[in-house]
Amino acid sequence: MTLRRFILIAIPFSWLLLFFLVPFIVVLKLSLSDPAIAIPPYTPTLDPSSGWAGIKSFFGQLDFDNFTFLTLDPLYYTAYLSSLKIAVISTMLTLLVAFPMAYGMARAPEQWRPTLMMLVILPFWTSFLIRVYAWVGILGKEGFLNMVLMWIGIIDEPLTILNTNIAVYIGIVYTYLPFMILPIYSTLEKLDMSLIEAAEDLGSTRAQAFWLITAPLSLPGVIAGCFLVFIPALGEFVIPSLLGGSDTLMIGKVLWDEFFANRDWPLASAVAVVLLMILIVPIILFQRNQQKQMEADQ
Amino acid sequence: MKKPSWFNITSLTLGFAFLYIPMLVLIAYSFNGGRLVTVWAGFSTKWYGELLSNEAFLDAAWVTLRVAVATATLATVLGTLAGYVLVRGGRFMGRTLFAGMAYAPLVMPDVILGLSLLLLFKTMFSSMGMTTVILAHTTFAMCYVSVVVSSRLMSFDRSIEEAAADLGATAFDTFKSVTLPIIFPAVLSGWLLAFTLSLDDLVIASFVTGPGATTLPIKIFSAVRLGVSPEINALSTIMIGIVTIGVITFSVINKRQIAQRLRDEKMAG
Repeated sequence: MTLRRFILIAIPFSWLLLFFLVPFIVVLKLSLSDPAIAIPPYTPTLDPSSGWAGIKSFFGQLDFDNFTFLTLDPLYYTAYLSSLKIAVISTMLTLLVAFPMAYGMARAPEQWRPTLMMLVILPFWTSFLIRVYAWVGILGKEGFLNMVLMWIGIIDEPLTILNTNIAVYIGIVYTYLPFMILPIYSTLEKLDMSLIEAAEDLGSTRAQAFWLITAPLSLPGVIAGCFLVFIPALGEFVIPSLLGGSDTLMIGKVLWDEFFANRDWPLASAVAVVLLMILIVPIILFQRNQQKQMEADQ
Repeated sequence: MKKPSWFNITSLTLGFAFLYIPMLVLIAYSFNGGRLVTVWAGFSTKWYGELLSNEAFLDAAWVTLRVAVATATLATVLGTLAGYVLVRGGRFMGRTLFAGMAYAPLVMPDVILGLSLLLLFKTMFSSMGMTTVILAHTTFAMCYVSVVVSSRLMSFDRSIEEAAADLGATAFDTFKSVTLPIIFPAVLSGWLLAFTLSLDDLVIASFVTGPGATTLPIKIFSAVRLGVSPEINALSTIMIGIVTIGVITFSVINKRQIAQRLRDEKMAG
């Protein structure tokens, strides 16, 4: 290996080691520590000056108390379960909205497609926070939606949507919609239309042709889109805190409060470690799906 | 070409209405004279005036801009290197670990990245500030740059690089005069992506920020926590406007380049 090649590899490698891997080891260590009223607010701290005895006593003081606490206090396991529920339901809802759109885009006349594509990508470049905030003015008691519905005469009393789980679902579907549309669109666009024509010529109905050909062939895109929505939705913080209510429990928000409001760093770290363990399975499945698709493309 | 079906037209219309109506409502209310959302008190630009005379917002915007430029530049250098190493680096010790680390921040929840980086910074620095925000943003933004650059590297014909090497160019010369010009559009989109990611980030910045380094998203978040604020509508309108102009310009330039390339190929053929 030449020196130049070594340096080329070493620069990004050491950056990621220092700022990505080492922080995780710190979180892992802290999740095994205990909170303390001190600076820093946890114990034990490693004191290299006291030598071998110090290291031994440091490891001796680490324990799994925080993780035991997470299983004992219902706040935490309900938060994990409700995050999972919210993430699953909103992924399904996003798919329901995104598929017809992606399908319509793929079937649109060719000269429209770049414009439609740009219309999907444009919100993606717009601030996430602002897009979530836009719904605060729409879903509130005196918001735009209630105003329109009452003006038309569909309802007499304003609906309570803001600060409920429904608002969280709407927020997640809205902000993550482009992530679902784009992978589905790219599989549908590649789909050979003559297959569907052949099926219809051979006597299958449109619905049959859809379920037998379009649906299975677009599956890789659907799977990729679902992971792209599910994974970030599970740890979401901004949407539940702006649109959700006091009964909306999501683990990202619990972690935030544990850290900023209660200043319990070790417990916040334990919450993070468990969240990561839950996410590892979908992340690995997602990567396998991507790899399979890439190999199929080549 | 078949005529588009009613089903497709309906789903596209409803879908795009869902995507765009919230932003249009947000923009419309930034020109409302009154503070209440429900009451239309006439057209007015007074919230823009209040926004522009609000020192705290201007300071935050300035901080955010500096952080985003520094992040985008640093992340583009590191991300391009990482993408290059992943595609052209061959085998080396720890390659799997490296590939995993270059990919993981893309799917990691912000709360975890923010918390873990803060805990690290606490052991490295005595106080948090713009430097720590830039370091944190660079770490996740470089992974996005690496994805964009490596996918471009994978799709281009390697024989051009080999030809340059055969003609006696050193590895560095080949990179400088062959590889870099070809991947340059990807490097540029990587820079823009990193810039936008840094501009947008609320969660990670909230963890690793310190006195004097309040970014715009942090400011916006604390202003809208308790409900609608017309100044924020005005600010959002400005930001949406800038992004829209940027995206349209970029796609027009892109379209022209593609058209030009097609013409060139026709001429050559």
